Amino acid sequence: MYVYDEFDRAFLAERVAEFRDQVGRRLSGALSEDEFKPLRLMNGVYLQLHAYMLRVAIPYGTLNSDQLRRMAHVARRYDRGYGHFTTRQNIQFNWIKLEELPEAMAALAEVGVHGIQTSGNCIRNVTTDQWAGATPEECDDPRIWAEILRQYSTLHPEFTYLPRKFKIAITAAGHDRAAIKVHDVGLRLHRNDQGELGFEVLVGGGLGRTPFVGKHIRPFLPVRDILSYIEAIMRVYNQYGRRDNIYKARIKILVHEIGAEEFSKAVETEFAATRDGALRLTDEMIEEIRARFLYPDFEPLADQPAELVEALADQRFAAWHRNSVHKHKVPGYSIVTISLKPIGAPPGDATADQMDLVADLAEAYGFREIRVGHEQNLCLPNVAQKDLPELWRRLEAAGLATPNVNHISDIIACPGLDYCALANARAIPVAQEIAKRFADLDRSRGIGRLHINISGCINACGHHHVGHIGILGVEKNGQEFYQITLGGRADEQAQLGTLLGPAVSYEQVPSLIEDVVDTYMELRAGPHELFIDTVTRLGVEPFKERVYAAH
Amino acid sequence: MAAPQQQKLKVHGPVAVTANRLTDGAVVWRTQGDGWSIDLADAAIVTTADEAIALLADAQKRDIDAVGAYVAPVVLEADGAILPGNLRERIRVAGPTFELPH
Repeated sequence: MYVYDEFDRAFLAERVAEFRDQVGRRLSGALSEDEFKPLRLMNGVYLQLHAYMLRVAIPYGTLNSDQLRRMAHVARRYDRGYGHFTTRQNIQFNWIKLEELPEAMAALAEVGVHGIQTSGNCIRNVTTDQWAGATPEECDDPRIWAEILRQYSTLHPEFTYLPRKFKIAITAAGHDRAAIKVHDVGLRLHRNDQGELGFEVLVGGGLGRTPFVGKHIRPFLPVRDILSYIEAIMRVYNQYGRRDNIYKARIKILVHEIGAEEFSKAVETEFAATRDGALRLTDEMIEEIRARFLYPDFEPLADQPAELVEALADQRFAAWHRNSVHKHKVPGYSIVTISLKPIGAPPGDATADQMDLVADLAEAYGFREIRVGHEQNLCLPNVAQKDLPELWRRLEAAGLATPNVNHISDIIACPGLDYCALANARAIPVAQEIAKRFADLDRSRGIGRLHINISGCINACGHHHVGHIGILGVEKNGQEFYQITLGGRADEQAQLGTLLGPAVSYEQVPSLIEDVVDTYMELRAGPHELFIDTVTRLGVEPFKERVYAAH
Repeated sequence: MAAPQQQKLKVHGPVAVTANRLTDGAVVWRTQGDGWSIDLADAAIVTTADEAIALLADAQKRDIDAVGAYVAPVVLEADGAILPGNLRERIRVAGPTFELPH
């Protein structure tokens, strides 16, 4: 866990007081809506279809049990008893009243949580691998660097009014769980041949109405130069990025229009002028941040303790263990994913009671630490294997042990037209219906890894372009229709999906997805060929022929 | 997609002016008496673009009661009932189309 200092606490308290005053002036009429809107957005407050929505940042997806419990309190006291975890590792409260927002924010600020950088044309909450600090795959804890970027970018005066929002993601593992290739800047932490730590830098990735996979502009950037280099990127973007057209203002458009090579040259010129300046990180600076991350005091334990081996005789526990428990870097410990996708439930939602329970479980079994993944699930990153059976029993009793992680019912979905003022079509009920079709866990296990991503509009908050099956809601003559893409992926081999064919109606989507899956089961080379690999091998045509013949 | 507030006004039938209440974001409808109501049944209904523009302009004069006003389609039933005119407005009136977590 990162431990906030007095500066952070004082800053948040001041920010809440400032917002309380702004809300007061808005309610009295001293501020117009045009004056107030940018102020509320800077604090993560949106006005949605039927209520205000507060989006709260969870920096690099890391929470402690006090923070999660406080979110449960906010959900219960100021909202309707639940929250929605998002694809940006944030949480959203959908029913908060403007007049109560300052109180809710004050409650969150007491535990170091806020909505700053969750909205507006600034550098947004930096995201990373939810297994950071726990997975044996990584070369360093990427959260150290996410925190350095967070401190650098928060309220940075030069980058508070960018042409558009700006999203950075970092991974330090070979398998990319942070989707870095579809971010404005993607950073892959790795070691060079000399064993030095540095970043591979990608720029210009993104989804939305004009999706791109990021382009490599630097194979190795020494870690001490990260702020200088990011600032060089931001300055080039700030100088040349378009501000005349909101749809062409993201950095991906600039990179696409001038080319990665030209963009890279401009960045390198800027970087050369500033790299040895005030932003160059010293070992002391890095160590100061690193020292504020407290790691669990792990006991010396062995893998596969007797308690675990005995419990694995229970088929239901064994199924959950196979699906939701992952290898930890410390012997005797595991990483546990908590699926927030019970069959038929809104993806990513957690009730206040569930949040409290997860906080309790984190305290009992997980060194008080919880993570949020962009797949809209939670994670306990440090659980002793001997505690897994008891943890599972308590999760199971609360409906939080569905063993469907990375399976077809583990669907990523944006809030869609049920909440969002920008959406054209619903996403959550589509996800619910598809999940019900694949409720048989033996069937979904047989299908294997398959990611479905659903967005209710072209803004692509559900990352539909990079779903193995992507579903995009569109509106035609007042009716909801859905375009289906196949073959997208968000990992280290990121690619955009290919359109399957004409859009289909809301009612047709679940059956069409079943047809796609049935086609895969028939065409795959064997049980070990994943859906994405079959689509890559065969293309979408065989799927198109069979699916549209049936509809 | 642009929000309704950002779209060109087209009137092809009965419409009302709707917004969100400032204090809590609740969906409200402009009434005949220059006020706002959370009940669609109280909404002022007009059928021409000129009337809609006038109703909207009137609703926008004062922005501390309701915000983000725009013109929304409605359906008039034979018995006089007023219903939302599209899915978006049905959801705004009735809430999400699935059971909320509890």
